[in-house]
Amino acid sequence: MTHDRQPLDELENDALTELVNIGVSRAAVALRKMVGSAVTLSVPSVEVVGRQVAATLIRERESDPLIAVRQDFAGAFSGRALLIFPETNSLELVRAVTHDELSGAEMLDIEEEALAETGNVVLNGCLATMANILQRPLAMSLPQVLRGDGQILFELSDKPDDNGVVLFLYINFAISGRDIRGYIAMLMDLPSLQSLKELIGEFIMRVVGTDGDAR
Amino acid sequence: MGTTVLIVDDSKLARIVVGKALAALQPAWTKIEAGNADEALAALRDRQVDLAVLDFNMPGRNGLELAEQMRHRYPDMPIALATANVQDEVVARARAANATFVSKPITEDGIRDFVAGAALKLRAVHG
Repeated sequence: MTHDRQPLDELENDALTELVNIGVSRAAVALRKMVGSAVTLSVPSVEVVGRQVAATLIRERESDPLIAVRQDFAGAFSGRALLIFPETNSLELVRAVTHDELSGAEMLDIEEEALAETGNVVLNGCLATMANILQRPLAMSLPQVLRGDGQILFELSDKPDDNGVVLFLYINFAISGRDIRGYIAMLMDLPSLQSLKELIGEFIMRVVGTDGDAR
Repeated sequence: MGTTVLIVDDSKLARIVVGKALAALQPAWTKIEAGNADEALAALRDRQVDLAVLDFNMPGRNGLELAEQMRHRYPDMPIALATANVQDEVVARARAANATFVSKPITEDGIRDFVAGAALKLRAVHG
């Protein structure tokens, strides 16, 4: 991995992590309501890496096929948000959000739709919170359910030869009492990262002010 | 004797924000900071601390675990747990540890009730 100049300085990185933390915490509250059991979260990890590295980071941890709900977002900054988990957890998640009330056949029937809706609630909760705190609206695409490995999930369409740098954020989550765990991940490309950097700068100014440690 | 508040958060920015809100509400309070649970416990050993504001989601032990641990030694200390994660289980555990919920992002308004309650309690204890 090459260590180019870091696009975000230490306080900006800290602020972004805190923003994501707040967004994901709210999303966890929403997910908890859907599944009826506690949702535990890790501390977010925020890294600037090559796109290929982002895929590798997930693939190294997960050799099994993955399933993901993907939503693209666009506005002052743009990118892709994903709720990712091992494909083997998929029906257990559907069972959880339907409160164990459906038969196996019924669950298979609504699997895609239930996953899309769950992803929608979690990813929207997270992104909407971030957009509100940064005071810029974000438009969200409809959720899309994907199956594949890390490589497929992180390809940002239309650019087959894209080796660019991305901002890669991820958080592990698990649902207690259920065999369900996964990741919430976000990818942003560099032009977006520049606008995000400016918004984070404004956010820091709003909460810290210009007086620093004075007084 | 002055009042000392311990601010525990892995985010420096969050510590600054909490510090500013507290400074606006109680300018005379002394603020000390810790970046994780271990640093917080070290600070508690070294200093007289009257109240604490703990972040929930931190690397290592989280703020709830820290609050539970602190509660054994400081049964009466006003403790706030700062988080956007208001899941029932988290709320119940915080309540059991007698910690006050403060919603993140922290604002002066959001932390006002906790600070006022803590100030009253400390005045009652210290006379």
